[in-house]
Amino acid sequence: MTAVVSPTVAEPALAQSTGGRADGVLRLLVRSKSGLAGLIVVVLIIGMTIFAPLFVDEHNPVHADNRWAGPSGDHWLGTDHAGKDVLKQVVLGGRTILYVGFFAAFITLAIAVVFGSLAAYYRGKLDSALLQLTDVVMTVPAVVLLAVVGAFFGLTSPTMLALLLGVITWPVLMRSIRAQVLSLKEREFVEAARLQDLGSMRIIFVEIVPNMAGYILINFIIAVTNAMYALVGLYVLGLAPLAGANWGIMIHQAWTYGAIYLPEGRAFILAPVCAIALFQLGLVMLTRALEETFNPRLSRG
Amino acid sequence: MTGAASDQSVLLDLKAVSQTFHSKRGALPAVRDVSLSVGRGEVLCLVGESGCGKTTTARMAAGLAKPVAGSVEFEGADIWQLGKRERVAYRKAVQFIHQDPYASLNPIRTVYATLAAPLRKHGLAGSRKDAWEQAAALLARVEMTPAANFLNKYPHQLSGGQRQRVAVARALALGPRLIVADEATSMLDVSIRVGVLRMLSKLRQELDVGFVFITHDLAIARHFGTGGRIAVMYLGRVVEHGRTEDVIGDPQHPYTKALLSAVPDLAPGPRRDPGLRGVDIPDLAALPSGCTFHPRCPLYVPGTCDAVEPELLEAAGREVACHVVAGQADAAPADDTREKTGGGV
Amino acid sequence: MPVLSVRDLRIGYRSGGRLVEAVRGVDFDLYPNEALALVGESGSGKSTLGLGLLRLLPRTGQITGGEVRYRAPGGDQVEATDYDVLSLEGTRLRRFRWSEAAMVFQGAMNAFNPVLRIGEQFADTMRAHAPEGRLGREDIRERAGDCLRSVRLEPGQVLGSYPHELSGGMRQRALIALAMVLEPRVLILDEPTTALDLLTQRAIVDMLQELRAERGFAMIFISHDLALASELADRVATMYAGRIIESGTADDLFREPRHPYTAGLIGAVPTVHGGALEPVSIPGAPPDLARLPAGCSFASRCSYAVDECRTTDPGLLMVTDRPAGETSHEAACLRWEAVRMPAMALQDEEAGK
Repeated sequence: MTAVVSPTVAEPALAQSTGGRADGVLRLLVRSKSGLAGLIVVVLIIGMTIFAPLFVDEHNPVHADNRWAGPSGDHWLGTDHAGKDVLKQVVLGGRTILYVGFFAAFITLAIAVVFGSLAAYYRGKLDSALLQLTDVVMTVPAVVLLAVVGAFFGLTSPTMLALLLGVITWPVLMRSIRAQVLSLKEREFVEAARLQDLGSMRIIFVEIVPNMAGYILINFIIAVTNAMYALVGLYVLGLAPLAGANWGIMIHQAWTYGAIYLPEGRAFILAPVCAIALFQLGLVMLTRALEETFNPRLSRG
Repeated sequence: MTGAASDQSVLLDLKAVSQTFHSKRGALPAVRDVSLSVGRGEVLCLVGESGCGKTTTARMAAGLAKPVAGSVEFEGADIWQLGKRERVAYRKAVQFIHQDPYASLNPIRTVYATLAAPLRKHGLAGSRKDAWEQAAALLARVEMTPAANFLNKYPHQLSGGQRQRVAVARALALGPRLIVADEATSMLDVSIRVGVLRMLSKLRQELDVGFVFITHDLAIARHFGTGGRIAVMYLGRVVEHGRTEDVIGDPQHPYTKALLSAVPDLAPGPRRDPGLRGVDIPDLAALPSGCTFHPRCPLYVPGTCDAVEPELLEAAGREVACHVVAGQADAAPADDTREKTGGGV
Repeated sequence: MPVLSVRDLRIGYRSGGRLVEAVRGVDFDLYPNEALALVGESGSGKSTLGLGLLRLLPRTGQITGGEVRYRAPGGDQVEATDYDVLSLEGTRLRRFRWSEAAMVFQGAMNAFNPVLRIGEQFADTMRAHAPEGRLGREDIRERAGDCLRSVRLEPGQVLGSYPHELSGGMRQRALIALAMVLEPRVLILDEPTTALDLLTQRAIVDMLQELRAERGFAMIFISHDLALASELADRVATMYAGRIIESGTADDLFREPRHPYTAGLIGAVPTVHGGALEPVSIPGAPPDLARLPAGCSFASRCSYAVDECRTTDPGLLMVTDRPAGETSHEAACLRWEAVRMPAMALQDEEAGK
């Protein structure tokens, strides 16, 4: 049946929908079961890290006589090498990770969108200069850079960490944003805006970029997952300062204090790993559902 | 018409413009040496088949593409030599309507946002309320009333005809004196097409807007171009140019004749076989020698038509580019080939 | 006896979890060697109907009811066929497509596989759909060449070419040749000339008429172009909002339309020949198929509509004395007797003043 390829059938009367775009997205998201599950997981974990300090006493005292205790009524997930409550650490230990993840993703995205759309819209020298910059940034080994910077400046502030992560991870996304804008700017509505002298900045950021909203949102979530993995990796390797308690530091400590060899230490290592994995799984499910919503061709297989 | 034109206030003058595209198969001369003009409140229809260069010509007229040779003059000034301020004035004065109303409106912006943007950008509307009222007035101009029902709608909530009306309203926002419309009605359904055409005709009469109207549909050109002029294009050149009534009612060029006889028509009329010698249009990358229509032309004279490219000369009250029609095998060079005759009376 | 009898055919599209009917109960007969035009605007359901007849609907589409009966008379060695196309499955469905009924789509570029030579696509189609089993190489070449020559293409040149090496008009002709290669008794053409230039369109239309006379197939011609339909078809059916709202011979329909929508469409088309009657557009827009009004779906745009039209769905009514069959004229309008062409209606009005 080589020759029989069904053409797309134009049935505009069917395509008329009444709702706005935003509630349409929400409706479609809710219809996808995994998308909804992902959304719930993500919202719960974010809610936990934001609101937990209001309900949980942040004071987590050291009990030298109660090290590596198994789960009990007092300590549901047992205690760690210093006799500190594990559950408390897990509940409270997401803050830095999530903050750095979201903030780094935001920076990545902001740089990628601004550079990508300017490069694509103006082309010429600006385009080649920015493309060369992506090449340079991509060749910088991120881990080494972070280790060096960490050694010299002692990266104590999570904001600095997020900035660093953001500044070195934008090139790939910038290139795909650039490709999107290259195709969008050929659309007739962009030419129509040019015919009215609406100004380049307005055309780029008001007419073109919002058309990629779905794409940008999906990539934001992906950037969050990447930044989180990078950060946890830094902590586990001990490249980031080990002040306070967060999921990454917990894993690092579990490793250095030999929790993996102790049956009682299992909760201490598994709890942060599960928290991270669960959050990442939620984000991935959410991304999948969003992709299907914004790009219906995918959902048909 | 150079003499007559000056009294009639020529808005836009294409002077011997050419456009060449480059492709893998070599240079494609999309438009070659086309001279046309349009005045205030006047209509010029460009008709022809795909690849004849009508859209390229229209894009040059609207300043969307720069000709590789010749010049486009708006009110006497070359539009590619304008200073910044004159360039803005030109941009406001000449607007373009795209063929596809599904692509020419930004899908994520409401009708109000689309119409208000040029008004606010160019300082025609001070406040949001002012912009809202002016946008409503623009919708009324394109017969979309009550405007309040449409201003907050997104393009996907409108029908094709309504979208095209919004596109026209946007083109009117800056008070243009010339509108270049590229197949503006060809994507619309039959039942609403003439409604949009009639609305455009009304704008021409009420606002004295000139039109360059591109269409492949001769019936539409006849209907919209009543009282104006038609230029028939073939492979990048104008082959016949004159008053709409003359060209449609009594075509001279064999290509125009073939087109008219090929139009399917509900009205009973003479329906002859176009009598072409070939079905397929030659490739722009390998144009036939002499008159480019000669391989298909029923009037083909060997030795003449395939050797010399005919010039656009006056015949039967309009301009025709055909050796046979001109009645002379070796076309005598005209004094001024750009001089237009029979147009814009 | 009709070659194709369609009864109460219903086709829906799944859209946002709901099923929206795009074809809402269509009846028609196609007689051997007849040219029937289905005329309508976008969203009228004409293309969906064409695809549904061959069961070629996209994945979201689904036939929800009705019958498509295909009949072929028997011969010396062949048994007479008579079956419902909607009940066919697998091999039998594949054979029905192409060897009994074939389709020509609007975009010839999409219908051909861009990476295969035209000759290979002819061979593939013939092997996949031929009723008598395997065909030899020579046989395929000969039949393909035959069909290409009949659409005025040079087989030697075309069979070795890739689709992009041909011009639009040549591709469309090659597609028509491909559709005819297994000598189907029904040919469905969906806007076959819409993307083509005027002179090419004229050549293809003339060619189709000759081919029909020569090969004797029946033709369903789906188009938005009334003028083209009036030249090509013996009978015309106008579609609106998923239904046939008027059907009759081309003469009847274009000279004396009995449905206000048909009359409106005719009146909305500007002409190049003859005296210029001012074209008049039809007010309003087609209804949303997901929210159809009660009664006649055209009533809100109709100047003839009375209160009864908004409550009663008329169904097709016989508007001639001629018997049902190839020459009947039917219109789904309660007020069919009052319907005039718009321009004439205007003249009547002025005369009345």
